[in-house]
Amino acid sequence: MASSTRLKNQHLLWRAGFGPMAENVAELNEISTKDLWKKLIDSSTETPQKIDIAANPFEDKTMMNVDGTIMEYSKLDADKKRAVAKQGREDLKDMNITWLNLMINSKAQLREKMSFFWHGHFACRSNNAYFSQNLVNIVRSNALGNFGEMLKAVSKTPAMLQFLNNQQNRKGKPNENFGREVMELFTLGRGNYTEKDVKEAARSFTGWGFDKTGEFVFRKSVHDDGEKSFMGQKGNFDGDDILNILLKKPETATFITKKIYRYFVNENIDETKIKYLSSRFLKNDYDIAKLLEDIYTSEWFYEPQNIGNKIKSPIELLAGIRRYLPLTLDNDDAQLLFEKVLGQILFYPPNVAGWAGGKSWIDSSTLMVRLQIPQVLSSKDLLDIRPKTDDDVNMGMSEEKRIKLGKKNVYSASGASATIDWDIISKIFQNTARPKLSQAIIDSLLQTKGRIDSSLLSNYLNNESRESFIKSVVINVMSTPEYQLC
Amino acid sequence: MHFKRREFLQIGSLATASLMMPKFLKAFEKPAMVPAGNKVVVVLQFSGGNDGLNTVIPFGNDIYYRERQVIGIKKEDALSLTDAAGLHPSLEAFKGLYDEGNLGIMNAVGYPNPDRSHFRSMDIWQSASGSNEYVNTGWIGRYLDAQCKGCDKPTQALELDDTLSLALKGNNNKGLAFKDPRKLYNTSNEKFYKDINAAHPKTEETVDYLYKTMSETLSSADYIFKQSKMNPTTQSYPATELGKNLKTIASLIMSDINTKVYYVSLGSFDTHVNQAQQQKKLFDELNGAVKAFTTDLKSNNRFNDVLMMTFSEFGRRVSQNASNGTDHGTANNMFFISGGLKQKGLLNEMPDLLNLNDGDLKHTIDFKNVYATVLDNWLGVNDKNILGGSYEKMNFI
Repeated sequence: MASSTRLKNQHLLWRAGFGPMAENVAELNEISTKDLWKKLIDSSTETPQKIDIAANPFEDKTMMNVDGTIMEYSKLDADKKRAVAKQGREDLKDMNITWLNLMINSKAQLREKMSFFWHGHFACRSNNAYFSQNLVNIVRSNALGNFGEMLKAVSKTPAMLQFLNNQQNRKGKPNENFGREVMELFTLGRGNYTEKDVKEAARSFTGWGFDKTGEFVFRKSVHDDGEKSFMGQKGNFDGDDILNILLKKPETATFITKKIYRYFVNENIDETKIKYLSSRFLKNDYDIAKLLEDIYTSEWFYEPQNIGNKIKSPIELLAGIRRYLPLTLDNDDAQLLFEKVLGQILFYPPNVAGWAGGKSWIDSSTLMVRLQIPQVLSSKDLLDIRPKTDDDVNMGMSEEKRIKLGKKNVYSASGASATIDWDIISKIFQNTARPKLSQAIIDSLLQTKGRIDSSLLSNYLNNESRESFIKSVVINVMSTPEYQLC
Repeated sequence: MHFKRREFLQIGSLATASLMMPKFLKAFEKPAMVPAGNKVVVVLQFSGGNDGLNTVIPFGNDIYYRERQVIGIKKEDALSLTDAAGLHPSLEAFKGLYDEGNLGIMNAVGYPNPDRSHFRSMDIWQSASGSNEYVNTGWIGRYLDAQCKGCDKPTQALELDDTLSLALKGNNNKGLAFKDPRKLYNTSNEKFYKDINAAHPKTEETVDYLYKTMSETLSSADYIFKQSKMNPTTQSYPATELGKNLKTIASLIMSDINTKVYYVSLGSFDTHVNQAQQQKKLFDELNGAVKAFTTDLKSNNRFNDVLMMTFSEFGRRVSQNASNGTDHGTANNMFFISGGLKQKGLLNEMPDLLNLNDGDLKHTIDFKNVYATVLDNWLGVNDKNILGGSYEKMNFI
């Protein structure tokens, strides 16, 4: 059965962005997928505005010695250390909310979605908010550009150098962490290099580090400038040479293409398509936008087996709800709580391999919370959930505090109360006849083939007024397992 | 504008719910009886990195006092186990268990190339992976995968918390997390969920997976709630969080439920500053809860069948820091509590404070050997597939 134009367009918006906005709903019956793709790419061409929240703590005057030189973090007194750490956590929280809001409201949907993908690919945790901010800005400005350039820039960020211990990688005392992960997770993938390659790469990256102002430095004195033998080549390689060799390998293009295919098209790989896409990706010198164009302008991307089969990640779910429901949250903390409970906190991937995705998002607890979110947001309902503490993170939330959402009088600071502008939604469907209304709303919300039984749904709908009816369809349909997919 | 939840979802009464009850729910009405001598494991996680050296105190060792001039616990304050080691003063119930022969202490447990990030090290312990591997499943989750092929009861492993730990996530099976059986029951007893679940035809694979998870959650919520009310314990427990959780666990152990593994956490032990106060507070909570729990199990003749084991993602550095606390370290001790221990007391040497790695203890036992022992000797399953390798077993159980 051929998919409707609306379904295909929504498919494109869910995969290439964070889902349709309520305002988009009307045009999606008409516009062609090619024109919609063009709109998406056109709205993402501009260089993005940087996220600019965390200040460089090393430029803080109170952290300088009397002679104006910068004090090392380890030499700060305990109070100052605590203050720096606290500020860092606050900044990371603000950065999280700011970026999530961009995912929801920015016109550059394609760019933010790809940035979000690369955020999980170049996964990195740093309690230094300034480092994390630099990394996310590099990812956002390169998200649709050249993969090789992004790889090189990311490899020189203090965040990554710190996270993968390259600061400790010295001549004669190599630390292999970065050398290994750059091949295993960022370029080739497992099975395409030897332990000897790891050792030789680590030697080549010796001396790559950052100074106490947070700038990349090449510390020549600790660099091993001897000859290395790497992937069948010999030379006095440094880090850039290694990255260049890795980028010449077709395995790198294949690994990245497969990951993109799994993430944006289908978890089940189609080898023929991977071969076609990755050879073009390599030939196009790792031009990310061209690879995406190959995917999103193809006919196979819109085939039924690729639609509605992907479990939304927590961020995709939250952003998707908020793009469809024009709402004002009383308090941003609620979003952080949802991220924590559902298992995806921006800037805190579980490890350097990023979020596993797919079915790993779903267990009894996360599924029941997912099903309750629309009600919590729309009815000031209570969600009595306490996330696990993460002693590396804590995100400024005290671990003793029981967080109850929505119950304003008890824990107002964490309340999830939101005000939804239902007028906008009502207007979108104003020309839809009442008998067709429920189906039209369902079609705008769900991507799955199977749909919740309409006679069953009608038991739960509110017929008092047209607006109440619309509300009850939207909230109930969002509270189903089907809505977890896109 | 806001409106009430009742406009969307109506809480179903039990009567109507049972009319709608699909087949899988009925299956739960006659739960399989647990065989006598059914072995149970209770994993107690000390989150945040508990300081093992102030838990089992090497008071016979001068290096300990030299490195911990302020926070070192005096010999006369510790609860003596041997002439070289004693327990933290708050752990009086543990001392009692030791004297009865129901406590085992394993020292210097860890893994090669230890990681000092809480999150990462906890992942390594929970997934039972090497420190350079990234595994998305936990050791108990993989135990479920091995044990639970084709069974639709995710109640074999339960966590007492609002969210589920990696430890209990398998590839195909996952444990179930809840704080309180009644709350779990109330959340999932929405008529809306039950209705859409009952009406769901098999469609697409991923949708079916979500419905299967929902269906298992709803049925398990009923099952757990009923079981928890079957033989509610009469033992009095402290009104602490751990006390309440162990009370819930005890009630379930005394029921017919098929649960083999319970998982519960206490924290945060991340004592960088003023350690003494924070650790004492947590140990008081621990001691009171474990005392009530073991008393309860003994008086119900279940103590021989239950093994409680404790762990933390890492120990702390041997030297104290300048804030009268300790920073992240490496190897640590584990407690084993049961009436069915084969070896008791100190199961191995106290940690070697002379032979350190950059100020940190070296591990002498890999935690995966402990897991292998628990899986094989206690739970009676083949540990090799679950742990992805062959680990020598120990003899304490």
